[in-house]
Amino acid sequence: MAEYEPILLKNVGKEGSACIQVYKASGGYGALEKALKTMTPDDVCQEVKKADLRGRGGAGFPAGVKWGFLPADRQVTYLCVNADESEPPTFSNRVLMEHDPHSLLEGIIIAGYATRATAAYVYMRAEFTEQFHIMQRAVDDAYASGYFGKNILGSGYDLECYIHRGGGAYVCGEETGLIESIEGKRGWPRIKPPFPAIEGLFGRPTVVNNVETLCNVPHIIERGADWFLAIGPQGSSGPKLFCVSGPVNRPGCYECSMDITVRELIESDRFGCGMRDGKKVKGVLPGGVSMGIITGDELDMKMDFADPAKYGLLGLGTAAATVINEDTDIRIVLRNVARFFAHESCGQCTQCREGTSWLYRVAERLAAGAGRLQDLDLLADLSVSMGMMPGLSICGLSDGATFGIKTIVSKFRDELEGYIRAQTPGKAEAALSIVN
Amino acid sequence: MAWKALDRNDGPPRAEGDRLSEAVKARIRVFFDRYETKRAVLLPALHIVQDEFGYVGWRAMEDIAELLELPPSEVFDAVTFYTYFWTHPRGRKVITVCRSASCEVMGSEGILAECKNVLGISEHQTTPDGNYSLQTEECLAQCDHAPCMKINERTYSCVKVSEVRGILEDPNNDRLDIPRSDLYDGAKRYGAV
Repeated sequence: MAEYEPILLKNVGKEGSACIQVYKASGGYGALEKALKTMTPDDVCQEVKKADLRGRGGAGFPAGVKWGFLPADRQVTYLCVNADESEPPTFSNRVLMEHDPHSLLEGIIIAGYATRATAAYVYMRAEFTEQFHIMQRAVDDAYASGYFGKNILGSGYDLECYIHRGGGAYVCGEETGLIESIEGKRGWPRIKPPFPAIEGLFGRPTVVNNVETLCNVPHIIERGADWFLAIGPQGSSGPKLFCVSGPVNRPGCYECSMDITVRELIESDRFGCGMRDGKKVKGVLPGGVSMGIITGDELDMKMDFADPAKYGLLGLGTAAATVINEDTDIRIVLRNVARFFAHESCGQCTQCREGTSWLYRVAERLAAGAGRLQDLDLLADLSVSMGMMPGLSICGLSDGATFGIKTIVSKFRDELEGYIRAQTPGKAEAALSIVN
Repeated sequence: MAWKALDRNDGPPRAEGDRLSEAVKARIRVFFDRYETKRAVLLPALHIVQDEFGYVGWRAMEDIAELLELPPSEVFDAVTFYTYFWTHPRGRKVITVCRSASCEVMGSEGILAECKNVLGISEHQTTPDGNYSLQTEECLAQCDHAPCMKINERTYSCVKVSEVRGILEDPNNDRLDIPRSDLYDGAKRYGAV
């Protein structure tokens, strides 16, 4: 792990970092001027494509390629900003919006220019209350300074920017669920194709990008794609935010290249500063709850786009690591993950709606001390019979549900079996709140 | 076997509620030129109405439907899909305790239990004096400050069980120390009725 100077978080902690004056004083909106005055929209697209900026929201799809899917003869284009950060335990977008909202707005305008968008909708989850006020203030200030509206900086480019507040639904973080939600419907993901680039918001070509992805764009324009490619390993280039939470000494949002390991995130003095009270690591959910779990013996996993798959995980996800120490009952973690997906399944695909509910019921039974050994096989069995990857659901929510559950069950099977064997028969069944 | 919705439909039956005032309708109409369709104004309208009345009642849904040129069933459909909106009255302050994985391993169950203990209510209930309602939420994106909770718009970080009573007894516990945007507020907050 080489020395690393923060790029995305460079303004965090500065006095008044959310103010437009402070942002401009440190060179803010400079990349925008460069893009609007010296580059064509296609130049910007090409630069971002060359930088191989992979989406930071979870799927890792290259942003420049996504922009390239827009049809050439389009009249109206929309840019939707995914600020629905609702994957537990992720908070990096929140940190960016709280402390550096103008870097996001600058990214939005440059991305809007590159895609020739006419309006940008920032979809913020309803739970972002203080962050909404900060962002709305930033948008108002940016309008007042001529960064939004008609003829931005005399370039002839027009862009409106609106913050759209959500209603508290995890599934609206899925890009087509988000689009449906902006349209005023329940956030049910759409069947693809058509992809949003062809038929998105209000049936128009639409790009949906994550907050952190867009915050990278001004830096790519300012310093060039080669600078971006030189950071981190090939295929996982550029600065990346990592969240560390749980019983570590210094939980927080940190920035590094994607060649660090989970162990460094937890133990390094620059990041988590080790486990609280010197406890041992039992497991880590390294990419949000939907990517799966690694055990305390797998901490050498690299936090890039390729390595997590080698540990049986779905992917890097949101790169938000929740650390679980040796004192935590793994059944509690299992129940929490299962409950989350049962609650947040939108109910559109039958096997996800029913499957996540059943997973939760079985997990609840285990946590209450009324588990049966065959429940572990039942969980494993359920988790392979739903999801987009076997081609059964419209969106990836149920894939997330299954990876969380099946990795916990397979990697902590001995512990779970131990709990089941030690149960007192009959006692817990009577106390169980959910009746089968 | 019927699977009971986890927490959406708990509480008293549907509340009829009040009709929308012209002032509230005017606040909703501000959003019309932002979107290609009137229907897209639904979520902003629900935020404004919930801010005005504390919840989205049946008559309000009918009025929103009329304003946005939608069947009332479509409004009801969206209201009941999004957990943020309540269909029955809430307290003046809503306490939201986070129950994400990070908060749970850091002790959020103790925070929720203490809230219930101090207020004498359980989830999705309101105190008899109408001051507080209690709910849990999946993740408030404050995992570095776990366990966390919110009172209306204000976030409390790294909450200890011993601090809960003091927080709840503070009359200004929902006051923000940053400038607010009134875009999504109802009309009452400004005395504009």
